[in-house]
Amino acid sequence: MRPESEAELSELIRHTETALQIRGGGTRGAFFPAGGAVLETGGLSGVTLYEPAALTLVARAGTPVAEIEALLSEKNQRLAFEPMDHRTLLGTTGTPTIGGVVAANVSGPRRVQVGAARDFLLGVRFVDGEGHIIRNGGRVMKNVTGYDLVKLMAGSWGTLGVLSEVSLKVLAIPQAEATLVLRGQGADACVADMCSALGTPYDVSGAVWIGPGVAGDAPERRIRVEGLRGSVAYRIQRLAETLPGDHSIVEGAESAALWQQVRDVTPFAGQEAPLWRISVKPTDAPLLLAALGRAGVAHKTICDWGGGLVWLMVEGASARAGVVRAEVSALGGHATLVRAPIAQREAVVMFHPQAAPLERIAAGLRARFDPRGILNPGLMGVAAIAEPAA
Amino acid sequence: MEMPVPDAQVISRKPELVARLRRVLPAEAVIDDPAETRAYECDALTAYRCAPLCAVLPSSTHEVSQVLAICHELGVPVVPRGSGTSLAGGALPTADSVILGVARMNAVIETDYANRFIRVQTGRTNLSVSGAVEADGFFYAPDPSSQLACAIAGNIAMNSGGAHCLKYGVTTNNLLGVTLVMMDGEVVEIGGAHLDAGGLDLLGVICGSEGQLGVVTEATLRILPKPEGARPVLVGYDSNEVAGRCVSDIIESGILPVAIEFMDLPCIRATDAFSGAGYPDCEALLIIEVEGSEAEIQEQLAIITAIARRHNPVELRESRSAEESAKIWLGRKSAFGAMGQINDYMCLDGTIPVNTLPFVLGRIADLSREFGLDVANVFHAGDGNMHPLILFNANQSGQLELCEALGAEILKLCVEVGGCLTGEHGVGIEKRDLMLVQYDVGDLEAQMRVKDVFDPRWLLNPAKVFPLAVSAGRRG
Repeated sequence: MRPESEAELSELIRHTETALQIRGGGTRGAFFPAGGAVLETGGLSGVTLYEPAALTLVARAGTPVAEIEALLSEKNQRLAFEPMDHRTLLGTTGTPTIGGVVAANVSGPRRVQVGAARDFLLGVRFVDGEGHIIRNGGRVMKNVTGYDLVKLMAGSWGTLGVLSEVSLKVLAIPQAEATLVLRGQGADACVADMCSALGTPYDVSGAVWIGPGVAGDAPERRIRVEGLRGSVAYRIQRLAETLPGDHSIVEGAESAALWQQVRDVTPFAGQEAPLWRISVKPTDAPLLLAALGRAGVAHKTICDWGGGLVWLMVEGASARAGVVRAEVSALGGHATLVRAPIAQREAVVMFHPQAAPLERIAAGLRARFDPRGILNPGLMGVAAIAEPAA
Repeated sequence: MEMPVPDAQVISRKPELVARLRRVLPAEAVIDDPAETRAYECDALTAYRCAPLCAVLPSSTHEVSQVLAICHELGVPVVPRGSGTSLAGGALPTADSVILGVARMNAVIETDYANRFIRVQTGRTNLSVSGAVEADGFFYAPDPSSQLACAIAGNIAMNSGGAHCLKYGVTTNNLLGVTLVMMDGEVVEIGGAHLDAGGLDLLGVICGSEGQLGVVTEATLRILPKPEGARPVLVGYDSNEVAGRCVSDIIESGILPVAIEFMDLPCIRATDAFSGAGYPDCEALLIIEVEGSEAEIQEQLAIITAIARRHNPVELRESRSAEESAKIWLGRKSAFGAMGQINDYMCLDGTIPVNTLPFVLGRIADLSREFGLDVANVFHAGDGNMHPLILFNANQSGQLELCEALGAEILKLCVEVGGCLTGEHGVGIEKRDLMLVQYDVGDLEAQMRVKDVFDPRWLLNPAKVFPLAVSAGRRG
């Protein structure tokens, strides 16, 4: 099913008798436990408003991200939250859409500096599980008029409604960027350094530790600054003086290429091994890796967001969901299974089970926005599936 | 302002309610003497007042939980209150309600510089959050004008902004986790010290829900390293339109100043007379502030002043010292006080798309003439958050109503050009009945579903945000 307008989308949902799998470009490979008809949003396409001087863009949900980025770059602007393109990592072939980015709250390395996709989302239009067209937020930077369903929709993975239009804040592309690179540092020391870099006034816009055997034998630390040319030169110099180690400085397009690799997690592409995306407090990242090592979970890792986002590739066919989730839970974080062999996908829920009161609230919201349970049923909030212990 | 008829049965059970509350709280934390509850009869929207049944001042999450469980059991509405600085009547009681004030809960629970967060009890004032970390070189970014007095609880309830949100965002962009006490007393932890909470973004919908979903007793807030320095430049123009174009050009150039403040002629004259800031006498004044090291400040100011000069300013004043910077900010920071000295005023806070600024200012001037009330404008131009101040005489009969009618017209104008009713103050009771200007009933229905999940009996701050007719079926 591929509606060509919001009205058609609404009619279609109102009259459907089957469950629906909502699909933007189909590049993220969400795990759907149940079947159902595929509902594609690609027919709802096109930028409806772009005001460079107001830093605002409004687009229909099925608009390709590439189309938006091309339009923005003509005015030297961009989506500052640096959304990941999942195609390389997951070997998918579709066209990433802006609605997909928003629905999954996809944010890249710059999240540590500017925030997540949800922080740039100013307004939404969506169709709920009964076919009602709902509007929330708008296209202005500050808006506290009523409840913020905009944030609620970001990251709801289509379970509360199907996005038909999104309104986003955009930012200028800075004049310059530079990255400080250091090789050979272990996770503990590196995360400590990244935390202190992020605690300086030098406005770090990316801080990643790429573990051993991922982008070369030795681990690598990358720290990025962006801005006006003089300011970038000053800040990268100050960081090089402040942080321990013998750094090299990479600039311009070469620096951008390093970060595209981090954004798209390309070192883990072209493989089958299960991959987790784990959110923890940055200083907990080394503790988590050590704990997993002790538990016998062989892994490779990329720690982005200064340590706060751990991409964990587990060696072997098992995702080791029981151990991974137990260790992550012990630290108060959460782990999403991004890639896994089919058998694992059927046995492991994609999203981290939450505390009972949160599951209850989330289930209550889903029941009210989608009373028939037809929108991506079972994708979020299924805690009942037994997970293999280790 | 229409408020629901208080529930006589609830009022008649006041002795039982107070006795039950006294069993779980220290004696002085339950205030039921009518002479003392008067202190809670309004917030900063002083035109509307109503004494509550009683007020409670719990000291811990556990006590809040016990209070809510009792009120839930007895079916008593609860109005949460931070410091009572709401300009929208967000903490206005009803006669059958309990005021739950979090002012006594103001401790810092944890500071963590490596992970850049602070965890506080929500009765703590906004400025004292920064105060707790500033000696170590950090600050909490959202900075509403009332930051000396306003509590984090209220900031979260209203998703407060401030002068510097062009760069740093508003409360929701700086909130990592909360402890939320549900109306039935259940304590729920949402988010934490990690950047993105798991599951649905409940934090996002709790922030800005005006105390209607639960009582937030603790919050984990993102803190940021203080910039090396900051400096403002003052630019005066002989028309609002030109000043508006200058703002657009700066933003389009790719520079993101931490603040772009805009004042119009009535505001410039009043604040200058009041503060002696030495502002030029012109139609429009911009204060643009940038941050960074000395060299970075110079680099940004060079671009900004070049743009400003292209628009032929009547004055362009670059600060050369801390004293000069303070003087540039002096008038702006005393604007509300200055207006208050010459008149009663009502402060609106609709937001508009930045590029519609000149048109909107022109229309506000027309409306001002039409209604015969002066309007002064001082606002955050970078993000389009207007603050028209309507001047009136509260002692003259009919003036408040006239002022409210003009305010409604201005807010409708904001929505018409693609903006919204409120950018940072919240809906409260003040803009409640205008909600249908911005949203249709179906849009509000979707918002009310969220409240149905968190507070099925609609006991928390029930008469706010949604037009009474729209929420009638739910409020019991």
